[in-house]
Amino acid sequence: MPPVLQVRDLQVTYYTDSGRARALDGVSLDLNPGEKLGLVGESGSGKSTMALAMMRMIKPPGRIEGGKVVVGGTDLTALSEEAMRKARLSKIAYIPQGAMNSLNPVIRIGAQMMDAIRAHNPEEPRAEAEERCMRALESVDLKRSVFKMYAHELSGGMKQRVCIAIGILLRPQVIIADEPTSALDVVTQRQVMETIDRIQHELGCAIILIGHDMGLMAQFVDKVAVMYAGRLVEVSRVRDMFTDPKHPYAQALIRSLPSLENKGVFQGIPGLAPSLLRLPSGCAYHPRCQHAMEICSRAVPPLETINGSRQVACHLYVEKDLYAEKA
Amino acid sequence: MAPLLELRNVTKVYSRGLIHRTSTTALENVSLTLDEHEPTILTVAGESGSGKTTLAMLLLGFIAPSSGQILYKGKDISTLTGAERLAFRREVQAVFQDPFAVFNPFYTVDHLLSVPIEKFKLAKSKAEARDKMYEALTAVGLRPEDILGRFPHQLSGGQRQRINVARALVLRPRLLVADEPVSMVDASLRANILETLRSLQRDYGVSIIYITHDLTTAYHIARSIIVLYRGGVMEAGDVDAVIKHPQHPYTRLLIDSIPWPDLDRRWGETEIKAREAEDGSVGTGCRFAPRCPFVMEQCKNPPPLFQVGPHQTASCFLYATKPELEPERLSELLPV
Repeated sequence: MPPVLQVRDLQVTYYTDSGRARALDGVSLDLNPGEKLGLVGESGSGKSTMALAMMRMIKPPGRIEGGKVVVGGTDLTALSEEAMRKARLSKIAYIPQGAMNSLNPVIRIGAQMMDAIRAHNPEEPRAEAEERCMRALESVDLKRSVFKMYAHELSGGMKQRVCIAIGILLRPQVIIADEPTSALDVVTQRQVMETIDRIQHELGCAIILIGHDMGLMAQFVDKVAVMYAGRLVEVSRVRDMFTDPKHPYAQALIRSLPSLENKGVFQGIPGLAPSLLRLPSGCAYHPRCQHAMEICSRAVPPLETINGSRQVACHLYVEKDLYAEKA
Repeated sequence: MAPLLELRNVTKVYSRGLIHRTSTTALENVSLTLDEHEPTILTVAGESGSGKTTLAMLLLGFIAPSSGQILYKGKDISTLTGAERLAFRREVQAVFQDPFAVFNPFYTVDHLLSVPIEKFKLAKSKAEARDKMYEALTAVGLRPEDILGRFPHQLSGGQRQRINVARALVLRPRLLVADEPVSMVDASLRANILETLRSLQRDYGVSIIYITHDLTTAYHIARSIIVLYRGGVMEAGDVDAVIKHPQHPYTRLLIDSIPWPDLDRRWGETEIKAREAEDGSVGTGCRFAPRCPFVMEQCKNPPPLFQVGPHQTASCFLYATKPELEPERLSELLPV
């Protein structure tokens, strides 16, 4: 099966007064239909920029400087503004962070959903479009009556589900969910994630879940991609990631997780996230890395496939492969 | 000596409407004592609408209780004046949830840190004030030279939240009320902020009330826990006992829903009953009854607290055979 989403060498730069910040530096990614990918990283690592770049919603001073985003055979970066507007929601949908602030407070939920349909299919009869909205609401466990409500009448979890309902209205092939549950409590979070899971089975679409909650990732995704300073440093199956992370940053991330066994042990990741304006030379993680070698400050390690199924960008593994070849 | 802060049968009711008055009980009959000489970390956990933030606001004296009393060193905080009030303000500090809302966008962050230093006369000279700011910022893992002189919009959420912790640190408080301090912060930074809070308790003897919906971090940082649901105490006690052996059906649901970063520990299969009666009064019975899988005839009456273990109590008729615990004696059960 061909991948439904192919991201190739995506580059995004923000032009600020104090210099150029390379928020996304040559990110490549494949996603198969029905696959759930978790994108994790610290704030400022480029997770949200990645989502916005895929939607072509980067605003100045940011700019997509290069690369391709191919969804189901269409290169989104080559589309005209008008065609891209049509592609949003029908090919690739975005569930924003903080649904609390994503809905218009003075327009009924129904009108906002109808708006989305009209923008794509202006000819669709009203009754049909309304029925479609109702079904979308029902599929996220909301009552039909929500159609006539305002945002303030809904709880946080319900608002988040309205956003999901809008996201799936036009049955997109790829859904990007940017921290959809970060503001919700655990019980509601579980309900929302179960809703997303069921929707994904019904539509057969691919999902990118952006977040920093590794617990959520363990429960939800098939594959985890770890970002650091605008680059992917590791992409692995979820089980590999949790049992045997390869990249030192991924290892530190896994080690910092709280569990029931290690009460009171806080293993934060030493050092600070680098500023994108002054990235360290070579591998951006090397000043914080306990395995840092001489080469790490000179050369940026490429994202290489190791053990067939996983990709890691670290000199530790490049070296080993070279030795293996020599031997 | 009188305890640092004491809540006596505190109830808070929010009312609205002129003709048809509707009221919501945000917190009902909560008693709590915090001793100055035994600094502890107490978690108050619960989902949104459970009354966690109301409790924080009450403790900080931002709102007045509808009934009951809040005492600071034996004096009702609503009657404090002058120097006493200033001392209360200094010794009881807060870190809020939303790091975006607490900054004044017209001032640089220096302002946020220098104002309390000035107000409370913590430094004799400009240089000393600056040293204090540097020290506090470094303590929360920030590079002062990157932060000072910047405006709030130039900083990330994590940075802003740590500045808030730094601000509280500068004042060397006796009690810190931390309302969801890490819910908007990265997982990797979360550990650092929690570690900062814990060293505050351990090294400076600051008591911390950690308000959260995240039971994972609660388990790691706190000594004792109170689980609230719609304004009532559902379960309370030693954090190990409550998290590892939850007794109340609500606590069980909460703990079942934690996404543990462990592939062999999947989310529970227990079905979550949607929230019935979204708002409005709960009636007189158990607040959790509409969603409870074990609901019984008895649950139409309000369940008292039953002592289910040496350091654990649950407000549920499932444990009706255990001895009852008066709500006023809740604090005695909590380990410090």
